[in-house]
Order: sequence, then structure tokens, then C-alpha cells
Amino acid sequence: MTSTVVIDKAAPTRPVKLRSMSRDRTWALRWSYFFLTLFAVFALVPPLYMVITSLKTSAEISAATNPWWVYHPTLSNYVELLTSNQFLTFFRNSALVSIFVVTITMLISVPAAFALARMRFWGSATLATGVFLTYLIPETLLFLPLFKMFVAFGDLTGIQLINKWYVLLVIYPTLTVPFCTWIMIGYFASIPKELDEAAIIDGASWFQTLTRIFIPVALPGLIAATIFAFTVSWAQFLYPLVFTTSTDQLVLPVGIVTTLIKGDVFAWGQIMTGALLGAAPPLIIYAFLMDYYIAGLTAGATKG
Amino acid sequence: MADVAIERNAAPRTGRKRASLRTALKRKSTAAFLMTLPLILLILLLVIYPAFYSLHLATLNKSMQRFIGLGNFQFLFKRETFWLVVEQSCIFAITAVVFKALIGFIVAHFVHNIPAKGQRKWRGMLLVPWVIPPAMSTLAWLWLFDPSYSAFNYLLAGIGIDRIPWTGETGWARFSVILVNIWFGAPFFMIMYLASLKSVPDQLYEAAAIDGANWWQRIWYVTLPMMRNIIAITTLFSLIVTFANFDIVRILTAGGPLDRTHMFATWAFRIGIEGGDIPLGASVSLFMVPILAIAAVFILRDINKRGNES
Repeated sequence: MTSTVVIDKAAPTRPVKLRSMSRDRTWALRWSYFFLTLFAVFALVPPLYMVITSLKTSAEISAATNPWWVYHPTLSNYVELLTSNQFLTFFRNSALVSIFVVTITMLISVPAAFALARMRFWGSATLATGVFLTYLIPETLLFLPLFKMFVAFGDLTGIQLINKWYVLLVIYPTLTVPFCTWIMIGYFASIPKELDEAAIIDGASWFQTLTRIFIPVALPGLIAATIFAFTVSWAQFLYPLVFTTSTDQLVLPVGIVTTLIKGDVFAWGQIMTGALLGAAPPLIIYAFLMDYYIAGLTAGATKG
Repeated sequence: MADVAIERNAAPRTGRKRASLRTALKRKSTAAFLMTLPLILLILLLVIYPAFYSLHLATLNKSMQRFIGLGNFQFLFKRETFWLVVEQSCIFAITAVVFKALIGFIVAHFVHNIPAKGQRKWRGMLLVPWVIPPAMSTLAWLWLFDPSYSAFNYLLAGIGIDRIPWTGETGWARFSVILVNIWFGAPFFMIMYLASLKSVPDQLYEAAAIDGANWWQRIWYVTLPMMRNIIAITTLFSLIVTFANFDIVRILTAGGPLDRTHMFATWAFRIGIEGGDIPLGASVSLFMVPILAIAAVFILRDINKRGNES
């Protein structure tokens, strides 16, 4: 389209014909922004309303004032929750579970992904596909047999795992390991073969190849997998609801839902504060490591 | 199956070379097998075994002492609630996935449309629903839908609309759980579609523009065929997750009013854990398997196809 005006070197601006097109573009852009604003409002209303409610006193919540505005902002809900032993216990349980699960997941899935991506052995391709299929099995299908299994395990060995927070360390890896292995296979497979061949020629063992070459090179993938494992174990709701019941063993999501909602007397200021504090760790990670987070999210379907 | 075969394959190999165990350990396949062993054990013990165990459980009576064959299923088929759950699960999954896919597609286009330097900011805001743990965000929705203090009803009252029983009436309760699920899941579609939109070469659009294609033709003949794979796999994946949804329904309505919003997962929980009838609950959750199997077959085909290409 620009070919007609190349002759006129004094006027580098676009010809008249294009101006209407650029006007079309500005309108398209305005509409885009308009609809994006609508969708952003839809996306952000619940979290914003959490913030609004968390800043109110119970008296203000039950008063018939505008629920979308805070007239007397107060931090008392936060102070109350952050000094309550029960809530801190939930937080500690959640943090412990998530950190341990992330460690266990990485210890299992990184070597496995390395073996499946590089050291072809009999059945490795089938196993890789099998790992991905396991990821598709929802937890809602397995919670009843798992519960029964752990009850039977307790009866058989005398080791009572039910109603202990550390039972979750055994169960959560079923949710995190398959996906993390799958995306690590993708990242490891994209590393050029020459790199590890060079290391092997220089006399490195398989273990050294993994720790000196693969892990540093695939670090972005490792971070994405870590974030995924953390957010999954932090947000998991069904398993802790099934496997833990005493208040000192609960993790944050279940703790908030079962202890703060007391019958019909809803202490909504505190519930929203608790929910906000429970959502904070994933949100903070997301805010700082958005690109890794999204890489982990899209890796499952785009790599492979 | 394959996992068992691997063990069988590796065992005689190490046995034969027991005299030189160290050489065996140095062998590539042995090392690889040992590295995948924790993964194989985890999957066998905590995924494959419970899956088959639930088949066994489903054939037992409530106290789990007597084999009753298909008795649990016969009992379920006679109950009205079961058919309600089937109906609601299908309505919920299909409606939610269709709307998530549509909204995701539209929003991805809008984000793709705006200048590149602003995209990050918008993408960041629009993905927030996906980042918040669903159990936590559903609490916010529960409060927004509160029967007496609903903030939505306050706004609606401002424009003269009567208060809506968001979670109190069958139709509205079904609408509410689907709405929350769409809110939570649409960002995932958006991010997937955005990633694949960016991988469509610009030349194709230029060629289409030269051929005089309007925006609709560009979407229909260029964008959609290029994104077909991603759309298929994302939709199938989301169908599984939505069909097996637990958190949102459990917190928002707990299956009510009158069991009208129960899904397979929440009903299985109600029967199996709260009602103490684990075998019946396991039978209920087994009904998620057919949809799972169908989706898995399609996803597997897609993955194999891609494996052959590369």
C-alpha cells in the first residue's frame, strides 16, 4: 500500500487513503478497551469486594448502608485473625504442607523427567504418556478409595495417618507430580543433545549431567513447575476436607470454611479477611513471577 | 500395564548380572529405571490402585463386608436424586465450558488487539480469578450472593429490580454455580488462546487481507484453523475438570436447594464421607469415568499425533 508514495520523499507520512483505515483501527482499539474494561470489572469484583468487606466492622456489615463503600475502615479483622492461634495454626499447616509437597514433587519428578526425556529405555514413551493421563484423573474420583485405603492402612499397621496434616504429604504428590514431570519432560527435551553429549565426553556421570547441565539450563521450567506445585497444594480443598477434621490439623482453605462459618452467624468481615490472607501467597507469587506462572500454565498443552 | 512390564523387564536383567551389580548400576537403562521408580510407585500405589479399588468398593454393601454385585447401581438408578445429579452435571459442565471457551476466545482477541506494551497489564488483571484458590474466591461469591445482604441485590435495587434469590431457588442456584465456574475458568482459556493467537504467523493475515477477507472471514478461515488443536485440547481438559468440580458447588450451595445443584463429586462426598456409605459414594463417583475416558482418548490421539510430527 505504501508503494504509491515512495516517490515523494519529502512527505514520509502515510497517504490519505490509509487515514480512514487508521481511524478504523482507533475505533477497534476503543472497542477493545471498552470490552476489556468490562471483563476486567467482572474478573476483579469478587476480590475487590473481599477487600472492601475485610475493612469493615461487623456492625457496619449488618447496617443497611451501601455495601460497596467503607465508611469506617478498620484493620481490626486482620489484627484479630493474625493474633488468633487457630488461624496461625492453619497458616502454618498450609505452609508446611505446601513446602514439603513442592520438595517431594521436585525430588520425584525432575529425575523421572530427565530419565524419560533423555535415557530412552523400554516402555519410556508409554510411561510418559501414562504420566500425562494420570494428570487427567480428577481427585474427586479417587478421594473415597484413598480414604478407605488409609483407614485400612491404619488398622493394619497401627500407624494412624487419617486426621494428621502430614497425610496430605502422601496424597498431594498425586496431583502435582504427573503434571510437573510432564512439563519438565518438555523442557528437558528442548535442550540440545550436543550439550549433554559434551558433558558425557568430558567424563560427567548421568547425575552430574542432570545437576550441572539440565537443571541450570531448564531453570525457567523448574520455576514454573515449582509454582504450579505450590499453588496446587496451597489451593487444594477436597483432600484436606476428607482427610483432616480436628481444628489443629486443618489447612487454611478448609480451616476458614469450617471454623469461621459458624452455623448461621456469619462473621463475614473475618471470613473475607481470612479468604484474602489465604489467597495472598499465590497472588504474591503471581505478581512477581507472572511470566513463569503463565509458562507453567500453557506448557501442559503447548509442549510435548 | 506398561509400568508392570518395565519392572518385569528390568528384574531379570539385574538378576542375570548379579555378579557385577556395579556394572548393572552403570547401565543406562538401569539408572533410568531407578530414576523413574518413585514416579512409577507413586502412580501405581496412589492413582492406579485406588482407581481399581473403587471398582471393587462399588460392589460392596454399606458396612463393606458383603459383596452385592451391582446392587449399589440398581439402588442409584431407582433414586430420583441420582438422575437430578446426572442432569445437573451435564448442564453444568456443558454450559460452563461453552461459555468459558467463548469468553476466553473473545477476551483473548481483545487483548491481542491492543498495543503490545499494554497487553501485559491487562493479561495480569484478567488472570486474577484463576490465581485465587477457588475455595477462597467462592467465599467472596457466597457473600456477594448472601440472601439478606447481597451486594448484587443492592445494585439491582438501585435500578428497581426485585431482590434475586441467588442460591435459594433452583434456577438461580444453578445459574450462580455456573456463573462462578465461568468466572474462575474463563481466564485459563483466555491465556491458552492468547498464547496460540501469538503463534499464528502475521503473513497469513496479510495474505487474507490482500484477498479482501473481512474480519469474520479472517477469524473463520485463518485464526480458527490455526488454533484448532489448542481449542480442542483446552476444551477437553476443561470438560474433565468442570465435570469433576467440587470446590465451587460445595461451598456455594452444598448441593442445595433440595439437591438441585449437586454434581457427581459433591453428591459422592455427601453420601460417602458425610453419610458414611463409602461404597455407594464410590459408585456415584465412578459415573465420572465415561466422560473422562472419552476425553482422554481424544487428548491421547492429539498428543500421539504431535509426537509423530516432531
